Amino acid sequence: MTDLSLSNRAIAGKTAPPSETRALRLPTQWLGVAPFFIFAIMFLILPTLYLMLGAFQNDAGEFTFANIVGIFDPPNLKLYLLCQSASWLSWTSGNCQLPTILAAYWISMKVSLASALIGAFAGLAIAIAIVRGGLPDWIRSATLTFSGVASNFAGVPLAFAFLATLGRLGLATVILNTVFGLNIYAHGFNILSFWGLTLTYVYFQIPLMVVIITPAIDGLKREWGEAAATLGATTAQYWRMVVIPVIWPSFLGTVILLFANAFGAIATAYALTGSSLNIIPIVLYAQIRGDVLHNAHLGYAIAFGMIVITGLANVFYIWFRTRSERWLK
Amino acid sequence: MKSGRFWAWVVFILGAGYFFIPLIATVEFSMRMRRGAYSFDAYQIVLGDPRFQATFMYSVIAAIFTIILGVLIVVPAAYWIRLRLPQLRPIVEFITLLPLVIPAIVIVFGYIRMYGSSSPLPFLASDPGTNALLVIGYATLALPYMYRAVDTGLRTIDVRTLTEAAQILGAGWGTIISRVILPNVLIAVLSGAFLTFAIVIGEFTMASLLNRPAFGPYLQNIGANRAYEPAALAIIAFAITWGCMSLIQILSRFAPKSANRPN
Repeated sequence: MTDLSLSNRAIAGKTAPPSETRALRLPTQWLGVAPFFIFAIMFLILPTLYLMLGAFQNDAGEFTFANIVGIFDPPNLKLYLLCQSASWLSWTSGNCQLPTILAAYWISMKVSLASALIGAFAGLAIAIAIVRGGLPDWIRSATLTFSGVASNFAGVPLAFAFLATLGRLGLATVILNTVFGLNIYAHGFNILSFWGLTLTYVYFQIPLMVVIITPAIDGLKREWGEAAATLGATTAQYWRMVVIPVIWPSFLGTVILLFANAFGAIATAYALTGSSLNIIPIVLYAQIRGDVLHNAHLGYAIAFGMIVITGLANVFYIWFRTRSERWLK
Repeated sequence: MKSGRFWAWVVFILGAGYFFIPLIATVEFSMRMRRGAYSFDAYQIVLGDPRFQATFMYSVIAAIFTIILGVLIVVPAAYWIRLRLPQLRPIVEFITLLPLVIPAIVIVFGYIRMYGSSSPLPFLASDPGTNALLVIGYATLALPYMYRAVDTGLRTIDVRTLTEAAQILGAGWGTIISRVILPNVLIAVLSGAFLTFAIVIGEFTMASLLNRPAFGPYLQNIGANRAYEPAALAIIAFAITWGCMSLIQILSRFAPKSANRPN
């Protein structure tokens, strides 16, 4: 809506000045945006393109798919598949090793997806509770303020906080052990693991969800509830047939945004687990620092793969967002 | 409706538990340094550490330069697009979203390969050059937030009328931007600035890969080598983030609420 009126104004304004003054202004027309575009091209687009092209070149600068194939590491992938099928046939859970890089992508995607889904559902529940739950007003504003802070409280300090909570000597670990007699480390929990990392990521994922989804919940009009009630709908029917279909696109869109948000993150994981949990940004980090894969172009290919995954995620995000905007104007 | 309120309380209390337990645990852990008694020893050690002071100052200065660079790039562009080139808006919005798509580690990897000491633009050949590249990298990270903040600010003022009025009074473009537009969107710019500050102050990936003595790599180093100091640092970092967000909230109260035109 706003965009429409704006562009109309702009178009209307542009036709107004006499043509000779426009001809004079034409060179200066681009001056205002020039710094922005020069900056974006030099420091955002070209470096990324450089890596993406490098992913398809060998050391001599010739075109090749070898780096992309190298991510999949065909000989080891074959071994893995053989091992998997053998363990399926013999009904045992074999200890099969995915090739290193592929395993790193896989665990990154698992952590990102798990933290995005948990964060999204929990964040949605909190948003509904504070908007529609009939809680006092101060709870709503306090929750939103806190969410703004917590969604930006990521990186190294967040890892410290979770080590102090759920590490071996953390407060929660100790209290669970001494008061409830539950030794979570004896039950296989470890902060330096998939679930440990996921639980930590959720700390910034839930608030981000709350911040993004609360306007969508606010956008549910009271009239819809009243209309549904007038037509004799039960609360369950109102939720199933009105609320969920309206919220669904923004919900899915935000899940994808949370996924991309977790996928590129490295500082939290690095401070939390060192390099004991090989997520893909940590592999790339090690590669940039010391060429641990002994192949510079393989590093480009890893970066390319990360861009492809977050890029695809964002394409879906934009698609879902345009769908959700239809209802939530 | 009664049961709805009950469940809302349950959800809220569970959520509050998840978010406050780590904070309480971190505070408790940070005070455990002296055996048998709670103390602020860890904070004293951290705050007295010359490396803490040096890296923190370094990151504060980097953040200030990032904010200046961000303002210089974003304000003229956002203003000009509102005034003259609305057809560029989708392209610019797309570009400002790119840093959310391209992970920071990929951007800095590109810098290292493109601006190495043997390249035509050898940023990494000298210390000042590398510092500049870090600030540039931070400015790209802050781009989405800065642009959004400034654009929102511009929406609440009548850019066209203000510009024309200033032109009639004989102002040039520099005067218009610095003395008419910028003061009017100052609050929006400041909230973008504080958000930038919160993002940049503890940033680890770029600073570490460019080998800069910044606060983020220092935090990581302490985390790997000490027991109680990291918890104290986490509380300090949380307080900084909290401070930045509170300032943004306070500022938003002073921001003009509605435009003097239908928008």
